[in-house]
Parts: sequence; C-alpha cells; structure tokens
Amino acid sequence: MRLVLERRNEQSVAVAVLSPLLAVVLTLVTGAVLFAVLGKPPLEALRIYFLDPLTEPWALQEMAVKATPLVFIAVGLSLCYLANAWNIGAEGQFLIGAVAGGGIAVATHGTGAGPWVLPAMLLVGAAAGALYALIPAFCKVRFGASEILVSLMLVYVAELVLDYLVRGPWRDPKGYNFPTTAPFDPVAVMPTFSEASRLHFGSVLALLVVIGAAVVLRSTLKGFEIRLVGAAPKAARFAGFDDKALVLVTFAISGALAGFAGVVEVSATVGHLQPGISPGYGFTAIIVAFLGRLNPVGILIAALFLALTFIGGEGAQISLKVPLDVTKVFQGILLFYVLACDTLILYRFRVMPAHPKAAHAA
Amino acid sequence: MLLEAVLLTVITASTPLLLAASGELVAERAGVLNLGVEGMMIVGAACGFAGAFLSGSILLGALCGILGGAALAAVFALLTLGLAANQVASGLALTILGVGVSGLIGAGFVGQKIAGAPHLYIPFVTDIPFMGRVIFGQDGFVYVSITLIAGIWWFLYRTRAGLVLRAVGDNHASAHALGYPVLRIRALAVLFGGACAGLGGAYLPLAYTPFWVSGMTAGRGWIALALVVFASWLPGRLALGAYLFGAVTILQLHAQGAGLGVPSQLMTALPYLATIVVLVAISWARGRAGSPAPASLGLAFVPDR
Repeated sequence: MRLVLERRNEQSVAVAVLSPLLAVVLTLVTGAVLFAVLGKPPLEALRIYFLDPLTEPWALQEMAVKATPLVFIAVGLSLCYLANAWNIGAEGQFLIGAVAGGGIAVATHGTGAGPWVLPAMLLVGAAAGALYALIPAFCKVRFGASEILVSLMLVYVAELVLDYLVRGPWRDPKGYNFPTTAPFDPVAVMPTFSEASRLHFGSVLALLVVIGAAVVLRSTLKGFEIRLVGAAPKAARFAGFDDKALVLVTFAISGALAGFAGVVEVSATVGHLQPGISPGYGFTAIIVAFLGRLNPVGILIAALFLALTFIGGEGAQISLKVPLDVTKVFQGILLFYVLACDTLILYRFRVMPAHPKAAHAA
Repeated sequence: MLLEAVLLTVITASTPLLLAASGELVAERAGVLNLGVEGMMIVGAACGFAGAFLSGSILLGALCGILGGAALAAVFALLTLGLAANQVASGLALTILGVGVSGLIGAGFVGQKIAGAPHLYIPFVTDIPFMGRVIFGQDGFVYVSITLIAGIWWFLYRTRAGLVLRAVGDNHASAHALGYPVLRIRALAVLFGGACAGLGGAYLPLAYTPFWVSGMTAGRGWIALALVVFASWLPGRLALGAYLFGAVTILQLHAQGAGLGVPSQLMTALPYLATIVVLVAISWARGRAGSPAPASLGLAFVPDR
C-alpha cells in the first residue's frame, strides 16, 4: 500500500478553517516532545508557554502590544503573497520606518516642537518603508531581478544603517557611550490608554488596518485584481490587469505598513532608537500571514497567537531556563505544519495498492 | 607578502559560499528552489562545532555538520515533495527553524574554543614562494570544495544520471512520462544540497573562526542562493562567482583595517550591496535572451497515476 495525493474537485470550507487549527495542535504536540528532549516537564512547560500569559491582565495587554506590529506587517505581506509577489524583507522595511520616523524625534529633541511631531513621524515612517520596499519591486519589474533575494539583502543593509546612526551621528551624548539615541520627547511618544498601561493607540490603528484590508480585498476592483493575478496570472493578463504595476503597488503598501509598524513600535514601546529594536517581527509576520491564511481577520487571530509565543518564551526563559531560541523553533515548526496542512485543502490522500501495474495484468 | 596573505584569506572566505552554493545548484538543477540554505548552513555550523568540540576531531565535526544540514533538508523534501507545499514559504520556514535550532544546539558552547582545521603542509612544495601556500597550504575543506564543484560539473554534463537530473528540472512532466522517478530524484538532490550547505556552515566554526557565535553565518546562505543565479546555474561560473564574492568580503575587511575614514557599517554592507548590484546587472543583461533557469524551478509536482 502507498499514499498518493489527489487533487480535490472542490475546496472544502471546513478543511480551510480547520487546517490552521490542526497546525497549531500539531505544533503543541511537537513542542511537548521538544521540551521532553530538553529535559523539562512537557505539560508544565506548555502551560507556562501558552496558558499562563492568558491568565494575567498585564500579559494580555502585552499580547496586544506585541501583536500590533505583527498585524500591520502581516496584512501588508498577505497582499503581496496573494498577488504572488514575494516580499520577505519586511524586517528591513520595519527598521527603515523606525529610523526615518525616529529621526524626526531625534532632530526635534529638546527643541520644544509642537504636537505635529508624532503625526509627522508616522507619515515619514510609512513613506520610508514604502520607498525601501520599492527598491526590490523596481529591480523586479524593470530588470527581472529576484525580489526575494533583493528584499532579503536589504534587511542586512537596514540593520547596518540603524547600527551606524545610533553609534555615530545620532548617539545620545549623555548615554554613557551606549549605542542609543536620546529618549524621545513626550510629543514624539504614542499615547497609551492609561498612565500605568503599555497598551497604546497603535493597536487601535492595527484593528483599522485589518478592517480596511478586508474591505479592499472583498469589495474593490483592486482587491479583485490582487486575488486574480495571484490565482490565475494568465486570465488576469487577458483581462487587461497590469501585473508589473501590481508588484509595485503591493510592495509599496506592504512596505508602508511595515515602516509604519516600525515607527509605532519605537514611538510607543521602545522610546528611543537602538540596535535590536525588533525581535524579528518582520520574519514572524511571514508566519502570521500564512497561519492567518492570507485573510485579514485570520491574520488578527494568528498575530495574537504568535505574540503569545513571544511572551510565553520570555516566561519560559525565566522559569524553565530554556533559551529564547525555543520560540524561534516553535515558530518555524508552526509554519511547517501550516504549509503541510494547507496541502489538505488542495489535495486529499488516497491509499493505493503497492503495485499499480499489477492491476493491469489482472 | 601582502598579496599572498590576501589570496589566502580570499580563498578561506569563498569556501563556505562555494560549498553551500554547489549543493543548491544541484537542487535547483533538479527543479527545487530551496530558500532554506541559510537555515541549513547555520544548523551545520552549530552541529559541526558541537561535534568537533565533543569529539576533538575536525573530521567528525564536519560529518556532524553534513548530517545536520541534510536532516533539515529532509524536512524540506518531505514538505515540498511529499506534500507539494509551496517551496518559497517552506524555504523561509526552514531558515526560521534552522536559526532557532542552531541557537538551542549552540547554547552550551558559547565562548568555547577549538583548534581550527589543520592546513596542508608538504615540505619544500608548500614553501615555494608566493603560490606555494596558496595552492598547497590550505585546509582540507578548500580542496574538498574544489573537488566537489568539479565533480558536480562532471556529474551534470558527463553522466547519464546527471542528464536525467537536468531533464527532471527542465520538464518534470516529460521526465515523469519517460518513467523517471521525479520525486525520488528531487529528494536526493535536495538532501545533497542540505549536506553541502551543512558542510559549508560547519566550515565557519571549524576553520574560518574556530569558535561558535550564534548567527555566525550572517546571510552567507542567502548570498549562496544569489550566486547560483549569478552563475546561470553553471558549475564553472559558480566557482568564479564564489571567489569574486570572497574577494569582496576580504576587500572590505582590509579597507576597514586600513582606516579609510568610511564608516565600518558601510564596509560590512558591501557584500550585501554587491549581491543586489550583481543580481540586477545579470538579470538586466539577460533580459532579451530569456532566463537560463531550469524551466520547472520552484514548481510543485504531483504525479498522476
């Protein structure tokens, strides 16, 4: 007997919803095995990782805070991936957005500038992210260079730009030689819901982006074009849609959202620029986009789940003494299972006799 | 002699790129785009260091690196070939997973040192001024990498199996119709690619800098991927490209050392910027002639019965 894949005639809605859930369950089972191998009690470890954060109010808030950049970035990436354009450099666009927006905060530091600073930062951050994403998109449509490799290379370049600025011209003279800028002035800080809370208004903006993306994809011509170019490129070309322009547009949107996420993050939760302002949000957002099945509402749920792995990972590092890398392992395994389970949507397994030729002989 | 010293370091800087890119070239020639080279390299580096540190043998370390890279490639093969999953996304998952796994393996070895791989020494021959050490005084990995790429050329263009592998990459439906086991051939090519990436990664802590640092591959896997494109999927050009890139890496190190007044970060960014420029130039030059990429590259194949 052997297993073969067989294409489904029609796609099952139930399987489409269940497959990400199945992926999460399989990840948890694999996680339990992983913890056992590391010599930690598996069930207790899973509880610390995935349940404890849900029982504490501060941790729930922290989940929303960490999910916010993931939602921004993943919604943008999902538009790219739907249109078959592979932007994998969101991490770089995030950093450049943070640098460009944060630059305004640095320039206006101590000048007593008015309340225009924060809106200007947000706009400039988004614009810088979009421009940075347009580099690989332009190289793709004009020269045919792989957007995957160019956008990824630009991540390393963005890290070095940030590193140069905070160690060089933008370093805080009062910062005891640490590579950091001066703390942002209050006009450059994203307001939070209350004095004691870290939950900020960026999270509200993330919700608006989810709603906006859902409306665009479902009810506008542009949304139809994005879905069509990805699903049936030939048909889209016959229909007169310009697939090159679409690469530019989707890259620009996703870059703008990633840059926006970057400036929101530094303005709301970090409060200054320094190396390592992102724990890999740009890469984790790729997982979020796929786990959310490239659907805005799905992405919202997926972002909360992956935010949970970040917080659980920090908790487990303290109480279980496991390295933070366990979180990355979890995230990688999760993406594998998501992709594997997606196969179930397009194909079904069928058990075949071991020797297909024997059937002819009979 | 400065030139001799520069040539020596160029070769050591190029070797991990050449090893990893050689394996990826074979996988891509079979029609599989594995974007997880960076992940397989970093796991190879971590396994390689762990193996060499625990056993005290560079050879066993290299073997561990090969096995680590191949193990990760096996996961990729299962997913993209067995389950026909999207190759681009699966490759990214492999890189994310690999970075995490390497951190777990390497956690116990931070700050440890080993004796690096010994260099070849043939009395008198290695002492020949200038070229003696460049040709006859390298570590074993360098000779392996050159033999490997020559062997790949011979395999692809001079053997029947190589012809079949290229046919599978260029048109999987025809190859299948002729009765060749497309998925099995691709799985072997992917495993070979993983083994090479693992060896390339292991070179870093075993010979390049004999200690373990997390994230020590620093994007070399991605540069190896770009090298395959640069080389137009041809083994000879791949070797040329790898040494050119090694030269860029060394050039920027020397420029930093000379203190030209340029920010060190700009110098460190040079290999990445060079990769972008090369990719754009090569794609542009090719524009009219059409891409020399294997025609079935990156496409999933599900055999009909």
